[in-house]
Amino acid sequence: MSKMPNYISTTNACKLCKPLGASLAFRGIEGAVPFLHGSQGCATYMRRYIISHFNEPIDIASSSLGEKHAIYGGSANLKLGLKNVTAKYSPELIGVATTCLTETIGDDVQMIIQEYRDEFQSGAGEPLIVSVSTPSYSGSHMEGFHAATKAVVEQLSSGGERNTTINILPGFISAADLRYLKELVSDFDLSATILPDYSETLDGEALNEYPLIPKGGTPLSAITRMGCSKKTLECGRTLPDSTAGTSLKVNHQVPLTRLGLPIGIRETDTFMSALAEVSGNPVPEKYATARGRLVDALVDGHKYIFGKRAIVYGEEDMVVGITALLAEIGVHPVLCASGGKSGKFKNSIEAVLEGLNCELPEVHENVDFFDIEERATELKADMLVGHSKGYTFSRKANIPLIRVGFPIHDRVGGQRLLHIGYHGAQQLFDTITNTMIAKKQDDSDVGYSYM
Amino acid sequence: MEPLHILKERKAQIHRKGDAPFALECNKDSLAGAVSQRACVFCGSRVVLYPIADAVHLVHGPIGCAVYTWDIRGALSSGPELHRLSFSTDLQEMDVIFGGEPKLYKALIELIDRHQPKAAFVYSTCIVGLIGDDLQAVCKRVEKEKGIPVLPVMSEGFKGNKRAGYKAACNAMEKLVGTGDTSGISKHSINILGDFNLAGEIWLIRDYYQRIGIEVVANITGDGRIDDIKRSHGASLNVVQCSGATMDLANMMEERFNIPNIRVSYFGVEDMAESLYEVARYFNDAEMMEKARILVRDELETLLPELQQYKAALTGKRAAIYVGGAFKAFSLVKAFRLLGMDVVMVGSQTGTAEDYEELQEITDEGTIIIDDANPLELSAFIREKDVDIFVGGVKERPIAYKLGVAFCDHNHERKELLAGFSGMLNFAKEVYSSVMSPVWQFVPRRAEEEIS
Repeated sequence: MSKMPNYISTTNACKLCKPLGASLAFRGIEGAVPFLHGSQGCATYMRRYIISHFNEPIDIASSSLGEKHAIYGGSANLKLGLKNVTAKYSPELIGVATTCLTETIGDDVQMIIQEYRDEFQSGAGEPLIVSVSTPSYSGSHMEGFHAATKAVVEQLSSGGERNTTINILPGFISAADLRYLKELVSDFDLSATILPDYSETLDGEALNEYPLIPKGGTPLSAITRMGCSKKTLECGRTLPDSTAGTSLKVNHQVPLTRLGLPIGIRETDTFMSALAEVSGNPVPEKYATARGRLVDALVDGHKYIFGKRAIVYGEEDMVVGITALLAEIGVHPVLCASGGKSGKFKNSIEAVLEGLNCELPEVHENVDFFDIEERATELKADMLVGHSKGYTFSRKANIPLIRVGFPIHDRVGGQRLLHIGYHGAQQLFDTITNTMIAKKQDDSDVGYSYM
Repeated sequence: MEPLHILKERKAQIHRKGDAPFALECNKDSLAGAVSQRACVFCGSRVVLYPIADAVHLVHGPIGCAVYTWDIRGALSSGPELHRLSFSTDLQEMDVIFGGEPKLYKALIELIDRHQPKAAFVYSTCIVGLIGDDLQAVCKRVEKEKGIPVLPVMSEGFKGNKRAGYKAACNAMEKLVGTGDTSGISKHSINILGDFNLAGEIWLIRDYYQRIGIEVVANITGDGRIDDIKRSHGASLNVVQCSGATMDLANMMEERFNIPNIRVSYFGVEDMAESLYEVARYFNDAEMMEKARILVRDELETLLPELQQYKAALTGKRAAIYVGGAFKAFSLVKAFRLLGMDVVMVGSQTGTAEDYEELQEITDEGTIIIDDANPLELSAFIREKDVDIFVGGVKERPIAYKLGVAFCDHNHERKELLAGFSGMLNFAKEVYSSVMSPVWQFVPRRAEEEIS
């Protein structure tokens, strides 16, 4: 396997920064306002970035630190910001994430928040405040996402008598994926707390009034009871060792099962089995049928994609899931790349490919698009599968791009893309296969109108 | 009565024309917790310098600052496209602890060797300001070794608002100006400042100027080139667009090189024509003035009849404006008037006292004028004024759309040509095609009207 050159500079990064992931996770909690403790630009840039994918308003507050705060500390502005957000939004929760600025000046955010509570929070009706440390210079948006989810659970959930609810920590999937997941658990007759859940907050209806806080999100009452659940299912093969799931296990003895993102047939099968086991119910008919229909479709379309070479990139767990799906349908993933660096990427890819008669792809973590393009040219790919940021290369190299994951900001409907479950696999399979057929048709002198 | 969602600290930054003598606070730091639509100093610098297409733009900081500004703008280049790449030192924890200078040095050398740029701009971010990396020293060293200008841009995010970033960008460019050969430049020559060549606009504007006999020495910065900026002090006049993004550079050139400047706008028919006339007036050249008149007449002959159909449909519709710079807002107020529309709210992120004074002079009674707004204020006013279209940038778009209001992107991120005479037509088309879309009859706002 060829080694990636070790460049010093980053050109066109294949990752985002930590506070962005935290903001997304906080947006998935009912009544919450995400709040970045740092200079104004961070909040505004991240809002803009999130808007370009979801096409939804996302209000992220900021402590808007200026020069004097950078020198004397941001405590006063953090408190003022919390006060103003409370006054204007009447939130149930404010999720405070730090930035490189406030981490480096050494603001003790937990202490400041405690002071704020003592000084300004007189009791009932005041929002809860959760804080998470997300210095932008360590890790990517995915670490921020998982850290915020964990902070929420650690700071809000308590233990107690077991109930029949399960916790699902699905990771960073689309709004459509979350809605599918909710339908799925309800079809299993399960009561589940899904954290975070931005399926409505970041993909809502047309309204008559601007929502102070969009409706939807994981209810706080459910989060507080997560320590009483009978089980936690946590999705992601490249998760950090310490997560919301492990914290529920260690602090409240909630049994934890870690699974991959349910993308592709086998990962979905595993997920379905886990739901069947925990619910005591068989896989509902609807899903058995969907699986059957999917397999039938794979047979119908296999010839058009067998042996095609794919480059997959994006956040690690999404890449792992997509790679599994591609290999299952006979596409050869030749390069799996991510800007993340969990250290678990390569093993995860190998694990999902096992038994599929698929030659192992090159797997690279901590790469940017300059690296990806360098390798891609040599690897002669037929398709790119990843988010919008691969478009530049796709255009240059005339290789079709199949858009999955986040961000998708050059097409509408990124938030409505279904990746997970048999239905997601079906949609992805159709898109991938049709993209290859269209390419063949476009490149052909004849332009056959039957396959 | 003001909507409930205005924080008391924000009240002095909002004015209803006619309610009281005009006074508006502005150019303040954004209020903590107010969810300002503004970005930061770094953003200001990046906006101004980004379109210089043959330079490496290296962001020295953690990955976010570079990644959120990767190719988001529509600034086109007629040649090299280095500006569309996102370079970063991607600072890691160890760099923050031990200092990022070694990494910056190596990254610069690597990128310069790889791309052979005409210059490199190095943007400072919050964290760099804090850990005290000596950007200037590293730049100086690389400049010496590589023989190209390596320019530090002191744009730490927390050091003021976006306007401070404009200043930082101008300071960086100041080091280039005056270093090139100015021989052979016509006495009827100008630099175009403050146009960023979104969707190729500067090509249109250059063409207008050339048609009336003017040589354009440098585009600062749309479709910009380092060599042009180096010799831009050979021009006779600086023509500055926008609310002062490049004003500091123009003032510096006046001081150092005795080059006067005029402020113009290329948006809307009146302002576009006036820009050409003003330049012709400056050169005091009868032939040039005549050419300008002919150009305007020719352009209007085709444009005005085409505008009529849009005007007929749009007359009486209401518009709200919230843009980055107030200068653009002036032009938009006039452009909407030309379409028969009423502007009922207008605001900006970075207006000055003089800007707002002028805004209140040109707007109608009852218009809301607002500085450094946020989603709750904007949405409250949009609803109160029952507007038909909202003009802003990407961050404002979902506010309009969520409420079922048409939207037009008139920010640095747009990809449509809206300047000049053909731009006015595009603008009219875009406003028309959004306002007249049948989708609005389905949104709750209008659906309710139908019922009542």
